[in-house]
Amino acid sequence: MVIRIIKKIYLWLTLLFLYAPIIVLIVFSFNDSKSRGRWSGFTLKWYVELFKDSNVLKALYYTIGIAILSAIISTIIGTIAAIGIHGINGIGKKVILNLNYLPVLNPDIVTAVSLMTLFKFIGIEFGFVTMLLSHITFCIPYVILSILPKLKQMNKHLAEAAMDLGATPMYALRKVVIPEIMPGIFTGALIAFTLSIDDFVISFFNKGAGVTNLSIEIYSMARRGINPVINALTTIMFLVLLLMLLYINRKQEKSIKKRGGVI
Amino acid sequence: MKLKVLSYPYVVWIAVFIVVPLALVLLYSFTDGDLEDLNFTISNFRKFLDSKYLNVLWISVKLALESTVLTLILGYPVALIIAKEKPSKRNTMIFLFVMPMWMNFLLRTYAWLTLLGKNGVINFIIEFLGFKPLDLLYNDGAVLLGMIYNFLPFMVLPIYSVLVKIDNSLIESAEDLGANKFQIFTRIILPLSIPGIITGITMVFMPAVSTFVISRLLGGGQYMLIGNLIEQQFLWVGDWHFGSAISIIMMVFILITMAITSKFDTQKEGSGGLW
Repeated sequence: MVIRIIKKIYLWLTLLFLYAPIIVLIVFSFNDSKSRGRWSGFTLKWYVELFKDSNVLKALYYTIGIAILSAIISTIIGTIAAIGIHGINGIGKKVILNLNYLPVLNPDIVTAVSLMTLFKFIGIEFGFVTMLLSHITFCIPYVILSILPKLKQMNKHLAEAAMDLGATPMYALRKVVIPEIMPGIFTGALIAFTLSIDDFVISFFNKGAGVTNLSIEIYSMARRGINPVINALTTIMFLVLLLMLLYINRKQEKSIKKRGGVI
Repeated sequence: MKLKVLSYPYVVWIAVFIVVPLALVLLYSFTDGDLEDLNFTISNFRKFLDSKYLNVLWISVKLALESTVLTLILGYPVALIIAKEKPSKRNTMIFLFVMPMWMNFLLRTYAWLTLLGKNGVINFIIEFLGFKPLDLLYNDGAVLLGMIYNFLPFMVLPIYSVLVKIDNSLIESAEDLGANKFQIFTRIILPLSIPGIITGITMVFMPAVSTFVISRLLGGGQYMLIGNLIEQQFLWVGDWHFGSAISIIMMVFILITMAITSKFDTQKEGSGGLW
């Protein structure tokens, strides 16, 4: 009994540790004064200021734009590549898979500086294009890694059967293979999107004049000291995230119930 | 069907955006001078042997190891407690643990600035209780705290996912054979969870040793970890050759760590038994 209570307390203390900073930020986003420790009345002025801040809005626009573009492009390249890699055997496959793993295993900062060196070497001007290219590069491996298991699970005679029945290879790919691996493609796209939206290190090294994202904006604001506008931003992002996760969770629960409680 | 062909565009992509960039970093690390006039040299690596830089490496590795050990000590019980819960409750608990991880990583680190600062919440409480305010920010402790805070879920999740899969009948049969709770933990649960621990260790150690954000925000402008050193060389000093050399040194360090941990893992699996 005592042990049970200790376990409970331990768990809740860890959760408190994880949530306390976020809760404090949310509370202080409604604080009238700029000071961090003292409460001096309720206000919404930081929210007004957030939406007046052209830097933040521009960064938001770039963050979402790059996330959508890199998710779409890396999913397309990744899907095609995964199907191709699945068709290779032997040493070639091993080499490609290991190279594909490099951006996953390498620390972000190494991927970031290596891409920065490349862009400098080729002579592309740093900006939207370099940021997008670097995002696509670190997203593709995750897309491939989420599609390959689905390809392995697929009955390999399915495509052959389709072609025996008169389908052209392209038609079989479109109508048989792609629908079979759709869950993997979807997971890959989702991972790519979240990785891109959350990225800081790789964007920070490959950004250009006037092109930033939300993480870079937060970093430069935080370096200058405390800025209550960030608190307002945190609150909004937390709410959006909470609603999104609750929605996904409920949808999953429903689909589990539909299948009779089997996960 | 020649599906192979479909992989060729990506092979080109790999060559251009993965292999060539890393090769360039390697080339830069062993050369100096302008692009048109590169000279082979090992002076970039020799420069790193200065006690100033070796000290930075030492502090980075030390902090990364400390945060790895501490997240393991803090996280293992959490994973164990959650894994023993009923399935419905388990999912909610894991959801609660994963949720902060979805928040922007910089916002989470920034949050500690508000808590630990001179006029921050914690000092306010301390002053309210009648004590002198403490210098909580801009020191080793703050950076370590930031690392533990950011990487704790990376330790909990892999261990948890291994622990839930442990066959309950193993534990029951151990109980039937007279093992006490401590023996069950040391002889069954702990050995079976080693793959999870190893994944957790690599998932915490790697970002911890290469971070430059946590150290910059919570350690202050002068605080130097190896990540900050790379950032400084590439973005502020402009000595890409030295920056590349440091990147290579960091990569080698991480490769060694991974080799050691994975070896530990296969030994356990290879021996076939539990110990």
